[in-house]
Amino acid sequence: MGGFFKSSIGRKVAMALSAFFLMFFLLQHLAINILSVANPDLFNEVSHFMGTNPVVQFALQPVLIFAVVFHFVMGFILDIKNRKANGAKYAKNNGAANSTWFSRNMVISGITILAFVLLHFIDFWFPEINTKFIQGDWSGTMPGVDGFRYHEELVHKFMNPARVVAYAVAFVFLGLHLAHGFTSAFQSVGAASLRKKLEKVGIAYSVIVPFGFIFIALYHFFNH
Amino acid sequence: MNLTLKIWRQKDANSKGQMTDYKVSEISEHMSFLEMMDVLNEQIINKGEEPVAFDHDCREGICGMCSMYINGEAHGPDRGVTTCQLHMRMFKDGDTITIEPWKAAAFPVVKDLVVDRSAFDRIQHAGGYISVNTSGNTQDANSIPIAKEAADTAMDAATCIGCGACVATCKNSSAMLFVGAKVSQYALLPQGQVEAADRVKNMVAQMDLEGFGNCTNTGACEVECPKGISLDNIARMNRELMKASI
Amino acid sequence: MALDSKVPQGPIKDKWTDYKNKINLVNPANKRHIDVIVVGTGLAGGSASATLAELGYNVKAFAYQDSPRRAHSIAAQGGINAAKNYQGDGDSTYRLFYDTVKGGDYRSREANVYRLAEVSANIIDQCVAQGVPFARDYGGLLDNRSFGGVLVSRTFYAKGQTGQQLLLGAYSAMNRQIARGKIEMFNRHEMLDVVIVDGKARGIIARNLVTGEIERHSAHAVVIASGGYGNVYFLSTNAMGSNVTAGWKVHKKGAYFANPCYTQIHPTCIPRSGDYQSKLTLMSESLRNDGRIWVPKHLKDVESIRSGKLKPTQLKEEDRDYYLERRYPAFGNLVPRDVASRAAKERCDAGYGVNATGEAVYLDFAASFVRYGTEQAKIQGISNPSEAKIKELGQEIVRAKYGNLFQMYEKIVDENPYETPMMIYPAVHYTMGGVWVDYNLMTTIPGCYAIGEANFSDHGANRLGASALMQGLADGYFVLPYTIGDYLADDIRTGKISTDTPEFEAAEKEVKERIDFFVNNKGTHSVDYYHKKLGKIMWDKCGMSRNAEGLKSAIEEISALRKDFWENVNVPGTDKEYNEQLAKAGRVADFLELGELFAKDALVREESAGGHFREEHQTPEGEAKRLKEFQFVSAWEYKGEPKDAVLHKEELAYENIEVKERSYK
Repeated sequence: MGGFFKSSIGRKVAMALSAFFLMFFLLQHLAINILSVANPDLFNEVSHFMGTNPVVQFALQPVLIFAVVFHFVMGFILDIKNRKANGAKYAKNNGAANSTWFSRNMVISGITILAFVLLHFIDFWFPEINTKFIQGDWSGTMPGVDGFRYHEELVHKFMNPARVVAYAVAFVFLGLHLAHGFTSAFQSVGAASLRKKLEKVGIAYSVIVPFGFIFIALYHFFNH
Repeated sequence: MNLTLKIWRQKDANSKGQMTDYKVSEISEHMSFLEMMDVLNEQIINKGEEPVAFDHDCREGICGMCSMYINGEAHGPDRGVTTCQLHMRMFKDGDTITIEPWKAAAFPVVKDLVVDRSAFDRIQHAGGYISVNTSGNTQDANSIPIAKEAADTAMDAATCIGCGACVATCKNSSAMLFVGAKVSQYALLPQGQVEAADRVKNMVAQMDLEGFGNCTNTGACEVECPKGISLDNIARMNRELMKASI
Repeated sequence: MALDSKVPQGPIKDKWTDYKNKINLVNPANKRHIDVIVVGTGLAGGSASATLAELGYNVKAFAYQDSPRRAHSIAAQGGINAAKNYQGDGDSTYRLFYDTVKGGDYRSREANVYRLAEVSANIIDQCVAQGVPFARDYGGLLDNRSFGGVLVSRTFYAKGQTGQQLLLGAYSAMNRQIARGKIEMFNRHEMLDVVIVDGKARGIIARNLVTGEIERHSAHAVVIASGGYGNVYFLSTNAMGSNVTAGWKVHKKGAYFANPCYTQIHPTCIPRSGDYQSKLTLMSESLRNDGRIWVPKHLKDVESIRSGKLKPTQLKEEDRDYYLERRYPAFGNLVPRDVASRAAKERCDAGYGVNATGEAVYLDFAASFVRYGTEQAKIQGISNPSEAKIKELGQEIVRAKYGNLFQMYEKIVDENPYETPMMIYPAVHYTMGGVWVDYNLMTTIPGCYAIGEANFSDHGANRLGASALMQGLADGYFVLPYTIGDYLADDIRTGKISTDTPEFEAAEKEVKERIDFFVNNKGTHSVDYYHKKLGKIMWDKCGMSRNAEGLKSAIEEISALRKDFWENVNVPGTDKEYNEQLAKAGRVADFLELGELFAKDALVREESAGGHFREEHQTPEGEAKRLKEFQFVSAWEYKGEPKDAVLHKEELAYENIEVKERSYK
């Protein structure tokens, strides 16, 4: 088994498995965030549950961190290896004739997403960690806000137009990443027939999920 | 028609290469691409210079020798053909055509447009066979019925000509379409089942050792493959390796 | 030296079994000390290398291509014969033997052909065990199709790529032995001479085609499996690199060359389109199962078709001449290749050729579309299907059977063969002649063997379709591994053959001198210039029909061309690099000698037999006229110039088949 994950195929299977987890994560993240538009109270409650539930915090969160870090690190390692394997460049290469731009440039969309993830961490995750683990405040409240603080924090962040633009751009790249990544993950784990069956689902996913996030950002920007 | 050719010239594996321009005239649209190259070479020889070296043999699309990267695509702009089956009717009078060798770290250039594809052979040595002796005293050919669909799918995989267009096309120089096709052919037949686990492990290990890149499922190889080998074969290889490893 | 075919005594059906029971064997421990060189890695060479290595010999295999898998056997399309009688249509070893001898126009050696038929069934078993994906029916059993010149369905196939699949099978068997270290593979190497020590073949001189280095390789036996010499015609269905050099070198060192004039001109090739043409493309003979061959009945229609005023599909049924069905009602479109080719030439010579060059006939699938379509409509329960529906259903069936061939045709000719009939014309395809061998497949040089297309033995004056693959694999897998052991049994104490001997020295010197000549000559004409000229002489005067006058002038012209070549050939580049022109110069030099011997052989053979048609010897209906006094193999001994070659005759006795008029009417 150890040998398997050292092989080229093993590594891409691992990339696919982490991708499946991340795609599931994105979906639930979107579902919760949509609540911030539809039902701010429920959003606050679910957020508090996610932020304080020990299973989520101490079991799922580390898995998520691992999956994110693994997906990025392995992605870069494989890209470097692939560049080495590729050798000299062609004087003329017509990639568009046989493949999509986004399938050939997963590393570019990946880097954009990485930049976004860093911003996202600074915006939300680091403050959360600081509040909960360093200051030990698990109450989910903040001075000046009735009830939970989560919705207020979210709205506050999206008041800055530069941030909204950055979010929108990053999510377009996420969409491109997913447009190839969704079906590619199925191919990598050997599910070729599923890949073909889910082609439309993949396109829908890679459009709906990123635009869902963009919609939420715009909604709050224009409504508050 | 009259054409300008930009061709990669490289004296040998250790020399540096460069693109060189040539002109050819009176090319018929019914010529194959390699016949156009013959015309060019005859012209170069008569000028007392060294002709362009390129691999070719059967000139009917089956031996897998010919290997040119033409205008940015393996075997040129047509689909389902090798370079020797590419016809000049795909081009227009006055066109400039760029001709390069396969470029991949695992396929070093031998000379001009000729590359060394022995890595493919070594992958086959690692397990591209069924260990049956050649005495002929095996069981009767009809003693194991094979479902027509399995036999046909195995045949589709087996039509790979080992030209290396998949590697040349792949942005990662991955050989997975080639290896996947071979693994699939045997995986689909009952005769190949006995050694299936070792075969896929050994062939993938050798493929990695040769310095081919990883597959990122862009699907370019399937499009450029002159024999239309399906990506399904890569998926099947992935499954076979998982099965063999767990 | 008198020719001894060494055919064993006894009834024909027991000869091979008795022979195997009585020959000398080499014990496994001793095989480790014996080296065998195999030149060529096609079906014959590849299967021989794998089997000899499997038995325990140390094999050194040589291929001029970059991988054994690229040998030209890979291009064989239609299928491989075997007397399995899976179809229960009356096939048997005897019938395959009979068809092959008759198909060869009674010019092959009975005992060899019987052995070939006998082992044919094992080939299919072997290949299936190796994972060759032969076509199967819905019950999961192997499917068969029919080929020219026979009345049973005994041809096994893998789409239109049977040769490819069989070669990949042999290649996989080689790979297993290469991995074990039992085969040492020399890719991109060309054999340039054989080395004879004490009268025995003990090694070769080879050139590394990448570095240009000249290498000495020794062995206890040398096997020539380098294929045929169809490229003597310049244009043929052979690969660009196919050559006679290995066979010719052993001929010059003492091996007799047999029946050089027996050449197969294949009837279903894509017609040539211009002078730039570098090779011709074959369309599998299997197409004749479903295609009907015709030309217009009236010359005025020919004119209209050539000028584009009339489309072939517009020509009425009664205005077409299905000349094969007319002349040969029993076999129709499935007459043997030589007969079909000559009939096409006859029509085209009479002015009925349907393309601009006047050298093309139609191969029409319209009737099959209707036949298969009607059947499919019944199966699918479609009542009153329209004509278009029937055609569509029929085309589906034809696509499944020959799709890749139709696609290949369309790519080359730029016409859709589903909508308009294909155009075909005969082209040089296979050479039945080759290095003379005895029953053991040994040439007249002790320790030097020739197998597959490189030898002469099994196909007489004409080869039947799907028999070349059968012979290559039979020789390599099942015949040579036995017969070579009988010879090598005497070599168990010989020890390693040294390459540091005067014999190797002399052979290497000769090779180097020739190469030095080429790179230093700086003449005025390219190698191809000579090759094309030779090809034209061969096609015009030693082609589908020959006559004494033409052959005599061919001999003179080739001789003069050869002289010119050795004075004025221009080979660019140096000898210490990858230099295709240099390699080609050597090959063309040998073709220039072979071509003359070819014409001389054709001149001496004052009869018509199989692929060799002498205009002076034909029946009033224009059929080939065979003569009893030429019932022999012409084996030529090298004596310097081709004109000095000495003829030895191996008389052919037919004890198990009655020699009859070969009729397909």
